[in-house]
Amino acid sequence: MQKLLLLGDEAIAQGALDAGLSGVYAYPGTPSTEITEYIQNNKDARERGVHCTWSVNEKTAMETAVGVSYAGKRALVCMKHVGLNVAADPFTNSAITGANGGLVYLIADDPSMHSSQDEQDSRFYARFAQIPCLEPSSQQEAYDMIRYAFDLSESMRTPVLFRVTTRMAHSRSGVERREPRKANDLKLCDNPKQFILLPANARKQYRELLAKQDAFEQHAQKDGFNRYEDGADKKLGIIACGIAYNYLLENYDNLKCPHPVLKISQYPIPRADVQRMMDECEKILVLEEGYPIYEELLRGYMNNGGRILGRMDGTLPRDGELNPNIVAKALGMPATKGAPVPELVVARPPALCVGCPHVDSYLALNEAMKDHGKGKVFADIGCYTLGAMPPYNAICSTLDMGASITMAKGAADSGLSPVVAVIGDSTFTHSGMTGLLEAVNDKASITVMIMDNSTTGMTGGQDSHAFGKIEQICLGLGVEKEHIRLMKPLKANHEENVQIIKEELAYKGVSVIVPRRECIQTLNRRMKQQAAKK
Amino acid sequence: MKKDIILAGVGGQGILSIATVIGRAAVENNMFLKQAEVHGMSQRGGDVQSHLRISTDPIASDLIPEGKADLIISVEPMEALRYLPMLHADGWIVTNTEPFKNVPNYPDDQVVFDALKKQPHVTAFNADQVAKDLGSARSANMVILGAAARHLGLPFEEFEKAIRAIFGAKGDAVVESNLTALRKGAELGK
Repeated sequence: MQKLLLLGDEAIAQGALDAGLSGVYAYPGTPSTEITEYIQNNKDARERGVHCTWSVNEKTAMETAVGVSYAGKRALVCMKHVGLNVAADPFTNSAITGANGGLVYLIADDPSMHSSQDEQDSRFYARFAQIPCLEPSSQQEAYDMIRYAFDLSESMRTPVLFRVTTRMAHSRSGVERREPRKANDLKLCDNPKQFILLPANARKQYRELLAKQDAFEQHAQKDGFNRYEDGADKKLGIIACGIAYNYLLENYDNLKCPHPVLKISQYPIPRADVQRMMDECEKILVLEEGYPIYEELLRGYMNNGGRILGRMDGTLPRDGELNPNIVAKALGMPATKGAPVPELVVARPPALCVGCPHVDSYLALNEAMKDHGKGKVFADIGCYTLGAMPPYNAICSTLDMGASITMAKGAADSGLSPVVAVIGDSTFTHSGMTGLLEAVNDKASITVMIMDNSTTGMTGGQDSHAFGKIEQICLGLGVEKEHIRLMKPLKANHEENVQIIKEELAYKGVSVIVPRRECIQTLNRRMKQQAAKK
Repeated sequence: MKKDIILAGVGGQGILSIATVIGRAAVENNMFLKQAEVHGMSQRGGDVQSHLRISTDPIASDLIPEGKADLIISVEPMEALRYLPMLHADGWIVTNTEPFKNVPNYPDDQVVFDALKKQPHVTAFNADQVAKDLGSARSANMVILGAAARHLGLPFEEFEKAIRAIFGAKGDAVVESNLTALRKGAELGK
């Protein structure tokens, strides 16, 4: 088959398509977005009718995919790591229902927080739900492994967590395709009670999940993604998980490590291999791209024995992603750093684009809030989070998707006034609507600015479920008609916009202001495409 | 043969089109390739870099180790200097000198040029101006790639072939303007 040059994300998408995927369900989030986009742009997927439109949020995505699995077909769910917090309810409970058609949860972690608010490690979630977890170390392995994940899901009747990190998701390499497999036919499961989690059923199903644990470990032992590579120098053994394996080998000529290495790409880690390393080696270095999960399990809470090295004893940094240099240092190798960065080089943080509608919204908001003091504008997750940067310095919080409205309400409940919530259109339908309903019912005094750029901007301009619906949604949730105000964020409208905001700040109740102007990125892209057509 | 390349610039400047051409040429010559890109928040006008590794032997890491890069290709002068810790003592810098000023404390142009001139192996010129003079302002990236081509260990025709393959769908005019930019860059990079 042909060799393709694919991002890790794209290799996963192609692998899923070739594994007979029936639908991908996802909310955009770096570094996972490109998987769904690849499927959306794939001709074969379109012809086969593979479902690939964006979901409203990660929870609806996962629940819909469980429905696909119920019907006997193969579904892939994609999200960034913090999206799994949103989907945690269906995630943990679907471990109890188990799967029918192949069900794979692709979770993209972001150690070092390149584009995120934390660096949580999704392997923890897999342990928590007690389901198998896969973590590829190369793009080819990612391609091969996604088909294996669907097969494992169907043979063990369990959802499978497929974990990647930023460098795997966003790194490109050659991938060889295999013969595509047909999609499954509709087929309901034999046990009609499998998906009914009444306590009596759930207890039985949970015991079945517990009984599968040994089999999960046996699969990890024998299915080929984990490998014990012997080495002559047994002073140290190394457990290298996911792409940490690459960083390890990078430090040796001909990619040959002199120490025994246990390459891990499937969890739970097989105990027999770990036991062998414990017996043969004096010390063990654990390389994990994320939290020291298995390191802590091996050393124990009280560090009995002191033979386990890694993030917890300072051999590796406690936080942040790994790289070849960090691993070299842990192995006692000399640093290779080139010349220092000259002092003249200044930081260049990300910023709102030139021509971005949020710029004009923030300039108007800042002026309207000028006499009310700082610390009263609660923001959310999206491009407008960059309103925290100079010259705007406009916001006081960013917690999670939707928290602008609820945090503002809490502050208002506590007596802070006036308070403003700033939320994007896509974030509003993702997780803001429920909070707005609560504010209306509780007669909170908050001003909500739904910054409508008609797209999911930060992740590159995906369709927004809020498109054309915001006023109707707000009316339906009970916001009074005269306190739903539209404005067009343009420099020319500045005075008028400041006035609108001031009027609503004075209102003691829930008001919604919708600054509406298309994202400059999607606008430019559309213009270019139109010009190309002519 | 193995080349480790840092591509540098500012989000939105399109450093990935350079990577695409080099990558295509490498893969067509049966070389291994790994290329780590930056997507997401940094693309909004922040500093961005891509680690591009091509080799006749298998490559382990997606990231280039510090002090091991053979080449920094940059479309912005200050960004070229940001990655000096990645560059090998014998490594080369090929950079555009047209500054992209989207931060209030951007240093004086002269200070940046002086720092570049101090580097032992550097090719620096205003690729934006060269591209404009050629009548295709948007091909500055291909001018820079042309200037870097002699350090990449592949025959020059391989990059021409790659450009034809990549831009072919956009028509002959686009292919030709990119090829002209590439050749002009190669001339200036000598």
